[in-house]
Amino acid sequence: MSTVYQIFITPFTEFEFMRRALAGALALALGACPIGVFLMLRRMSLVGDAMAHAILPGAAVGFLLSGLNLFAMTAGGLIAGFVVAVLTGLVARTTELKEDAALATFYLLSLAIGVTIISLKGTNIDLLHVLFGNVLALDDQTLLLIAGNATITLILLALIYRPLVIECVDPGFMRAVSRSGGLAHLAFLVLVVLNLVSGFHALGTLLAVGMMMLPAATGRFWARDITLMMLIATASGLLAGYAGLLVSFHFGVASGPAIILIAGVLYLISLLFGQVGGLARQLFPGRHLEA
Amino acid sequence: MTAALRFRNLTLGYDRHPAVHHLDGAVENGALVAVVGPNGAGKSTLFKGIVGVIKPLAGGIERGDPNPQNIAYLPQAADIDRTFPINVYDMVSMGLWRRAGSFGGIDRDARTLIEQAIAAVGLSGFEDRAIATLSGGQMQRMLFARLLLQDARVIVLDEPFNAVDAKTSADLFDLVRRWHGERRTVLTAMHDIDFVRANFPETLLLAREPVAWGHTANVLTPENLLAARRMCEAFDHQAEPCGDEQASTLPPRGEPADAATHQPRR
Repeated sequence: MSTVYQIFITPFTEFEFMRRALAGALALALGACPIGVFLMLRRMSLVGDAMAHAILPGAAVGFLLSGLNLFAMTAGGLIAGFVVAVLTGLVARTTELKEDAALATFYLLSLAIGVTIISLKGTNIDLLHVLFGNVLALDDQTLLLIAGNATITLILLALIYRPLVIECVDPGFMRAVSRSGGLAHLAFLVLVVLNLVSGFHALGTLLAVGMMMLPAATGRFWARDITLMMLIATASGLLAGYAGLLVSFHFGVASGPAIILIAGVLYLISLLFGQVGGLARQLFPGRHLEA
Repeated sequence: MTAALRFRNLTLGYDRHPAVHHLDGAVENGALVAVVGPNGAGKSTLFKGIVGVIKPLAGGIERGDPNPQNIAYLPQAADIDRTFPINVYDMVSMGLWRRAGSFGGIDRDARTLIEQAIAAVGLSGFEDRAIATLSGGQMQRMLFARLLLQDARVIVLDEPFNAVDAKTSADLFDLVRRWHGERRTVLTAMHDIDFVRANFPETLLLAREPVAWGHTANVLTPENLLAARRMCEAFDHQAEPCGDEQASTLPPRGEPADAATHQPRR
């Protein structure tokens, strides 16, 4: 009994950095997982990845201007991400370019502009911690930022939920009855960026998307209903955050990848045994029914 | 009688090429109009113009009721994501948008309405089914239930009975009749000429240019149908700007039209 306690609880009671990491990971999962479900359902699974690239130069510019300052880097990332998100939405809505192509053009431009600015300054900045994050070194400010972003995400998502769902299922209908579909879509893109910013502090830009997409894909294999899908995704994200930190603590591996790997294991289990379209169900469907 | 819709020298199209060319006329309140014409005749384009999805290239549409939510629209191929995890009940309840909007609750009263609409299209028992599992006919029934809830004064249906079986189209046309009885204005794009003759009092025959508009029996004459079929479908990419901005090929509705009088200048 005591060993179970020592394995699962003690790391968090003994060490403050583990408690902070846990709070950060859980807050991140609460916001990022529902966003991931919508990204997946909108067939925008790779958009998060592209947006992460779009944020990076903004953060780098913030770093250039004011050093390793949380506020400057976050603001830079947010501005770069918002600009790319809003421009993408506008171009996709008003021209023949589809969302994916519009996004590709803008995030590449954003990346190129960022790299150009850095090269003009002639400095060789170490962006490793932006690339890979460090969930074990979250300070108060960063923790508040992640928690704040999660709060904003859940509230705003609740506000735009109905038009967003209708916009996803039947955009033509949404256009015919109301203008709020476009607004909901833009608000959603803003939420994507917010959660990527949270993600890059905890997991780094490269893995931030992992906390969005892997739990979302997990949810898809267990639910036919979007509400349940988001609940399952969030649960698996929370579990991945907790279990990943434990694995990282006991086996001495990097915390960010450990969290994403656990999320990946949950996804693989779902892929194999999920009730909705899992591989095992497809291979052994059982006898067909009467009607 | 006041008009639910009035077209004034309306030209609609894509990339400056007209798909509906110089349409004039009015749809009276409570009219039941079939819009007939070959593929590419501009039926869908006209409907998109009516609901405001595309803007006129020239001329205009006056709506008797300026509130766009008072027009309900069923597109020909609704771009519905059928893999989206949503059930029939929630999909139908979208029809209450005007009443509930983004935040309004769905109270007991609204739930009764939703159930009645689902029952009216014969989908009782399907409430919890994911839309991915519906057949084409069931899908169309579901969309009609949503139209019922929209409770609009003007209803625009783009080929609603394509690819559904006879039973389904008969059931759904009963709803169209019911709307007509409630003095709602209904425009329906149709391909089945015999069905139009039997069921629609008024017809607009369209072949990019309006060919004829009026009582169905006067419009669907062999000559008019032949004229409609002859009009070319493809865009002429070399077309010059149309010089005849004020012209209308169609005299006020109800009279035979001579479609040959208007040719874009080449």
